[in-house]
Amino acid sequence: MARAAVLGRLTWLVGQLAVVREESATARTLVLDVPGWAGHLPGQHVDVRLTAEDGYSTERSYSIASAPGGTRIELTIQRLDDGEVSPYLTEVLSPGNPLELRGPIGGYFAWHPGDPRPVLLIGGGSGVVPLMAMARTRAATGSTAPMRLIYSTRSPATLLYAAELQRLAPSGTGLGIDIVYTREAPDGWAGQVGRLDAPRLLGLAGSPAAGQQHFICGPTGFVENAARLLVDQGIEARQIRTERFGPSGGTP
Amino acid sequence: MTETWTDGNSIGGTLSDVFSVDMTAATGRCAGCGNTGPLAEGRVFSHSPGLVLRCPACGKALLRLARAPGRAWLDVRGLEYIELAAPQ
Repeated sequence: MARAAVLGRLTWLVGQLAVVREESATARTLVLDVPGWAGHLPGQHVDVRLTAEDGYSTERSYSIASAPGGTRIELTIQRLDDGEVSPYLTEVLSPGNPLELRGPIGGYFAWHPGDPRPVLLIGGGSGVVPLMAMARTRAATGSTAPMRLIYSTRSPATLLYAAELQRLAPSGTGLGIDIVYTREAPDGWAGQVGRLDAPRLLGLAGSPAAGQQHFICGPTGFVENAARLLVDQGIEARQIRTERFGPSGGTP
Repeated sequence: MTETWTDGNSIGGTLSDVFSVDMTAATGRCAGCGNTGPLAEGRVFSHSPGLVLRCPACGKALLRLARAPGRAWLDVRGLEYIELAAPQ
């Protein structure tokens, strides 16, 4: 599979934006064709480099949203109003434009589709992106590993991948998806509204299954909290893999 | 409560300029407190000209990396050892 997942020497590649999908008022998915792409594992990310005409350049990391497949990858970018890179990627970059990137990066926060162990995914905000790659890969590879995704988001307006989340998890597939709305829920929502805490986690995920693996991704504070909840349930630290984006989520 | 740091996952690309294998999954032992774990779980502060990876248990600087065009300075005094995947 992804040789570059083990061998880390990476070169900068030039991708081309093929398609744009709007995911919310402030997030969009960039579908990129990247000649020379070596393949990836779900959970891995890329570094994107922008270079100005005067030579100034800056890099940001973005999680890959898509399942592995050829030389096409998808990145879902959350626009940060004070961001240096995300406004360009979400408002300026257009189909046909080139984009410089390197990857795949990160063998730690990666799910191997051949792993049969149950897996619990917990994502906050755009932290759902690499977890979505895992859910998509599970479906694409026919994996039967039991998988549950708990996705915390502010409101229906900030929910990413809404239609696909419904499609991916009909009953009987072994994939369960729970949305946690922290500020505002859709009309008729029967669940609670508020942050993920110990009783809600237990109510959604139940007691941890034997051998269960855990991936948590999101803003630093969200990840610290969710990891603490799992440790408090008695789960060993080595069964919890985390990825933190920083203060409010968007750029790792 | 503003956590301005990220974690070791975010420097996988930068470290690939210096190391030939993936460093996020590498395990390191803190020379300060002995905590041993994946570098991905360390805390990264990158506001300064370089970046600093700190021990998640005691805060000691495990690894510092500064870059300039065509050069890099690497300080790993804070790591007693690093265990990493190596090609067969």
